[in-house]
Amino acid sequence: MTIFGVALLALCTLIGVFLGDLLGVALGVKANVGGVGLAMILLIAARSWLLARGKLGGGIKLGVEFWSTMYIPIVVAMAAQQNVVAAVRGGPIVLIAATVSLLLCFACVALLGRFGRREPGEDAQVRHGGDVIGGGDASAQARPAEKV
Amino acid sequence: MLHMIEHVFVEQNLVAAFAVVGALMLVSKVASRWLTAGRVHGSAIAIVLGLGLAYVAGLYTGGQKGVADLPVFAGIGLMGGAMLRDFAIVATAFEVDVVEARRAGLLGVLALALGTVIPFIVGALTAVAFGYTDAVSITTIGAGAVTYIVGPVTGAALGADSAVMALSIATGVTKAVMVMVGTPLVAKLIGLDNPRSAMAFGGLMGTVSGVAGGLAATDPKLVPYGALTATFHTGIGCLVGPSLFYLTVRAIVG
Repeated sequence: MTIFGVALLALCTLIGVFLGDLLGVALGVKANVGGVGLAMILLIAARSWLLARGKLGGGIKLGVEFWSTMYIPIVVAMAAQQNVVAAVRGGPIVLIAATVSLLLCFACVALLGRFGRREPGEDAQVRHGGDVIGGGDASAQARPAEKV
Repeated sequence: MLHMIEHVFVEQNLVAAFAVVGALMLVSKVASRWLTAGRVHGSAIAIVLGLGLAYVAGLYTGGQKGVADLPVFAGIGLMGGAMLRDFAIVATAFEVDVVEARRAGLLGVLALALGTVIPFIVGALTAVAFGYTDAVSITTIGAGAVTYIVGPVTGAALGADSAVMALSIATGVTKAVMVMVGTPLVAKLIGLDNPRSAMAFGGLMGTVSGVAGGLAATDPKLVPYGALTATFHTGIGCLVGPSLFYLTVRAIVG
């Protein structure tokens, strides 16, 4: 049943965020420490557990995958509620601090990405993930010929 | 008539948000195909459109939440708010290739460390360059360069001035917006095309909204890997900002 997938996702999120809060308290921080990341790890674990027992049915998959296909629209909604006015009006100090740290971090991505890099023998799992998160429109993405 | 339509939008705000965002995605997809011949991702256009609308709405309402400050678009606030955003991010973990993620684990940790230290140093130096001399202000602005949550959390813990807090938040928001828009532009240049570099990217950029938007606009398959590391960023920043970073800055400026 689809709701089992949605509920599994909800449960993982709740537990993860709770653990993140606990971790925050333990470290004396007024913030959630990695709650979403912990939730992701829980969901990955739950998936392999279900898969190993042959219990990963279509309904559960549908319930979780629906929400990953909604990811991009949700991000668009998130973009539409940013405080862009403040960002634009921030002035030189804001602009310099943000731009310089961004450029340095981009450079680090280029540097770190080089370590232990293997030639991209692209994984089917990774590609499938891209199709789902890209909006579940696998057939449309599998036609590279359209990109002129 | 118009009033009745408005009433439906207000009453059914989340449903209305689905329709509005769907329309926005459709427009972006069509624009991507016909205006850029598919070269610019439809989601990248949609995100930039969203930011543009947020700017216009922000000017119009004077609020801080972009489009969501307009009552008819309040549902966008729920749909794109932290709750559903995190829910969808967790869902993307379902598509993670465990072997790939584990292999890049150490790299992610290294990226997290660099991604916290580098922006902080840059932010702190900028603050010094603009004439701030007290350790609290320097630390708060530096922390804002890490993410827009680390900034105010650090500032509140240290008792920073509210003008400095505003500056700190603006720095973080600007960085997030720049990551969303800039990532697809530099992706090829920095080799952001595989799960490994996506994990490094998430740790370095930090800001969950920036990483979420930037990767979505670049290549959806990279999203879960970047998100996995990025979600630890804010927590770590909040941990070291008011403690380690503040003490270091205070030791230096006296």
